[in-house]
Amino acid sequence: MRVIINGEARQVAGPISLAAAVALLTSAPSGVAAAVNGDVVRRGAWQSTRLADGDEVEVLTAVQGG
Amino acid sequence: MDDPLLIAGETFSSRLIMGTGGAPSLDVLDRALAAAGTELTTVAMRRVSPASAGSVLDLLTERGIRVLPNTAGCFTAAEAVRVARLAREALHTSWVKLEVIADERTLLPDPVELLAAAEQLVADGFTVLPYTSDDPVLARRLEQTGCAAVMPLGSPIGSGLGIRNQHNIELIVESAGVPVILDAGIGTASDAAVAMELGCAAVLLATSVTRARDPELMAEAMRLAVSAGRLAFLAGRVPRRRYALASSPPAG
Repeated sequence: MRVIINGEARQVAGPISLAAAVALLTSAPSGVAAAVNGDVVRRGAWQSTRLADGDEVEVLTAVQGG
Repeated sequence: MDDPLLIAGETFSSRLIMGTGGAPSLDVLDRALAAAGTELTTVAMRRVSPASAGSVLDLLTERGIRVLPNTAGCFTAAEAVRVARLAREALHTSWVKLEVIADERTLLPDPVELLAAAEQLVADGFTVLPYTSDDPVLARRLEQTGCAAVMPLGSPIGSGLGIRNQHNIELIVESAGVPVILDAGIGTASDAAVAMELGCAAVLLATSVTRARDPELMAEAMRLAVSAGRLAFLAGRVPRRRYALASSPPAG
C-alpha cells in the first residue's frame, strides 16, 4: 500500500494506523498535529484511524517563524 | 503604571509581541525574548522534519511565554484554515495570527482570502488576530467579522521600512473597537515608538530584533521604545504649530 506522508510517497506493508504513520517521522509526545487528506484528526483518534491506499498525511509542528 | 494590554479577555503587561523567525540560534532567540519582556510570541507551523534540532516550543514554555501560532506561507483561505486547525490541535490554543499572503515577493496580505479565512475561523471558535494591509476599510470589515484584534502592517514583512502610511494607521486606531497591533515593517526602535504614539495597542516584530547585529540589545531597545511610545500616547502630544510658541514668559 502506498501513502503520502508530508509529500513523500512511502510503501507500507498492509493496513497502517495514523499513529504508526506519524511515528515514522517523529517520536515527539506533544506539539504535533496530523491531517489526513486535509482533515485534522484529533490525537486521541490517531490509533483508530486506518489509512487507505493513496491517503495523504500531513504532520506539522511549531517552528521558528513570524 | 498599571496599563495592561487586553486581547479577547486576556491581559498582558507587555505590549511587545515577538516573532521567532530569523534568529541565528535558539540561544540568541532565548536571550532576545527575555530582553524584550514579551509575553506573547508567534511560531510558524511546518512539516515535521527528523532533522529539526531543538524546539522553539520548549523555549517558550520554559519562559512562560504564551504561544501564538501563525499561518505564514498560506496563499488561500482554505490553506490558512487548515493550518490554523492543525495549530490548535498541536499547541492547544485557539488563538491564531492569521496570515494569508498574495505573493512571495511582497508578502502583502490577500484581502479577499484573508476576510474569507477570518469568517471561517471566527465561526469555528478561533480567536483571530489577522495580519492585514494598512487599509481602514478592511480593518473595519475584519473587526465586524469578529476578529479579536487587527494587525495592520507598517510596511512589508522584513523590509524594515517603518510605518509608510501613518495617516492610515491613525484612521484604523480611531475607529477600531478592538486592539490595533502594528505588525510588520518595524526597522528600529523609533518605528516602534511611533506605532505606539499613533495609538496602537501593541507592536509585533521579529526581523528588526532577530537579524539585528545584537538581537538581545535591540530587543531591550524595542521594549523601551514600546513603553516610551505608549506613555507618550497616554500623555498626549502637543499640537504641531506652524510658528514658534515661546516657552519663556515674554514679559518682565
